[in-house]
Amino acid sequence: MSDMAIDLCGVPLRGPILNGSGTFDAIAARRAFGDALLERFPFDCFVSKTITRDPRQGNPSPRLWETAGGMVNSIGLPNKGLERFLDLDLPELAALPVPLCVSVMGFSHDELAALVEAIGTLDAIALIELNLSCPNVETGTLVGADPAETAAAVERVRPLTAKPLIVKLTPSATDPAAVAAAAEGAGADAVSLINTLKGMPLHPVTREPWLGGRTGGLSGAAVRVVAVEQVAAVAARVEIPVIGMGGVASGRDAADLLAVGATAVAVGTENFRDPAAGRRISAELAAIVPANASQRVKQHQAS
Amino acid sequence: MPAEPRTLAPPERRIAEVKRVERIGAYDLIVARDPIGPADPRPGQFYMLAAGERWGGGGDERPYLPRAFSFARIRPLPGGQGADLSFLLEDVGPGTRRLGELDAGEPLALLGPLGVGFTRPGDGRRPLLVGGGIGAAPILCWDDELRAEGIEAPVLLGFRSAGHAEAAALFAGTPDVSTDDGSAGRRALVTEPLRAELEQDPHATVYACGPEPMLDAVRDLCADLGVPAQLALEAGMACGYGACFGCVVATVDGYARVCVDGPVFAAEQLA
Repeated sequence: MSDMAIDLCGVPLRGPILNGSGTFDAIAARRAFGDALLERFPFDCFVSKTITRDPRQGNPSPRLWETAGGMVNSIGLPNKGLERFLDLDLPELAALPVPLCVSVMGFSHDELAALVEAIGTLDAIALIELNLSCPNVETGTLVGADPAETAAAVERVRPLTAKPLIVKLTPSATDPAAVAAAAEGAGADAVSLINTLKGMPLHPVTREPWLGGRTGGLSGAAVRVVAVEQVAAVAARVEIPVIGMGGVASGRDAADLLAVGATAVAVGTENFRDPAAGRRISAELAAIVPANASQRVKQHQAS
Repeated sequence: MPAEPRTLAPPERRIAEVKRVERIGAYDLIVARDPIGPADPRPGQFYMLAAGERWGGGGDERPYLPRAFSFARIRPLPGGQGADLSFLLEDVGPGTRRLGELDAGEPLALLGPLGVGFTRPGDGRRPLLVGGGIGAAPILCWDDELRAEGIEAPVLLGFRSAGHAEAAALFAGTPDVSTDDGSAGRRALVTEPLRAELEQDPHATVYACGPEPMLDAVRDLCADLGVPAQLALEAGMACGYGACFGCVVATVDGYARVCVDGPVFAAEQLA
């Protein structure tokens, strides 16, 4: 093992670089790149797209908008649904050279529980991420924006699996650190943040919402300093590991998130610009943090 | 089923060197030397391009993401690896503007080839090639490949006006040219000569790339006449390799990603 290796909730990883859920499709990438993808796999742990109980087509086009230093997406969680994920996708994801984290979202506690129960004992899956960026259908509250809702969701699924549960936090919470603390109190093993920031680009001529889903999520370099602030605030509040992400495009960006308390770092939008971004960022990070990934590196922005 | 017409890409963005940028009427033709990539991309496959330096800071402080382009022509380098790749582009926004400003010797970041290309006609059908505007690009390399095997397919091109129609001169043969304003070739939509060709001999497979209304018209015409068609679609993409799910098109099986399931689709697959 290299000296970048980390332990994430008891899962040994060869390094601290993950992908953000929904920013890399290892199965599609293997169609494009073949086995070379596996030989030079860009991440130390692979996080799946979010799986829901039922299949979803996702949002109508257009789904993308480019901004200054980033992009807005309105994809709408297209996925095969739990059953076909288990039959078709899981065998391929299990063959990846790194541990697998499966992201799930339920539109009710029962749905979420069904998902966690179905994958909670499968050997192919090392970690489970709970995507709570969805409304509670009974109360209308965004589950991940509310500490009590988040705690209730985690408490419901905690007894269903012995696998590490990672709670993906939403930056739309008034106080993400309070949500993180609630997740920790309910038994979460880690938290990950930030998800995208809500945005609404307009058509340049009609001034109607450009995106088929009306609103979308902003990501990329533009959100990087938001991520640093929220990761710092959350890491200061909880004892469990924090997976930091948001605009990471270089080893220095990854080192920034580690410096404010993250245990691991995920790459998202930068994957869209280069499928090997994870490998490049790992190499750059190794040059910055020679001893081990948990070392805190103080840096100042060049003026 | 023949093998999928997909040449695999190296799994990372790489740097090519711009050899020259030629002005072709309303278009720019970038010729870049890619020393690493495969020498046999399939016509219809595409590459994600970005300037190797200063990508960003244009209009609206963009571009940020790479841009998808079909290759228009390929000249393999001696030794079986690498190629000089040509890309046809038009200045329509900050990404294409920056790419058009590249000079010889400057770095061009590219990823590819990506997606699936055209497949040969079945049942002894003759190929019939149709390009609209910048959509002439994949038609050009497909025509080059067919000609290299001694197949001279009719090439029907449609353009807005004479400035755009200068791209027809890139073709080895003498394409049939229509323009919207009649400033070059005949004043017509490209579906007019296509209809005439198909009525004369419908035992053909149509290969088409162009703007959406043109492709819709080609699709309708081919469906009416019972002629198979392969359509190369264009879509805004963030990644080009199936990661972002941003470029979907409606098919009979639900949404498909233009970048990994296409960009070439059988017409009957589209919803």
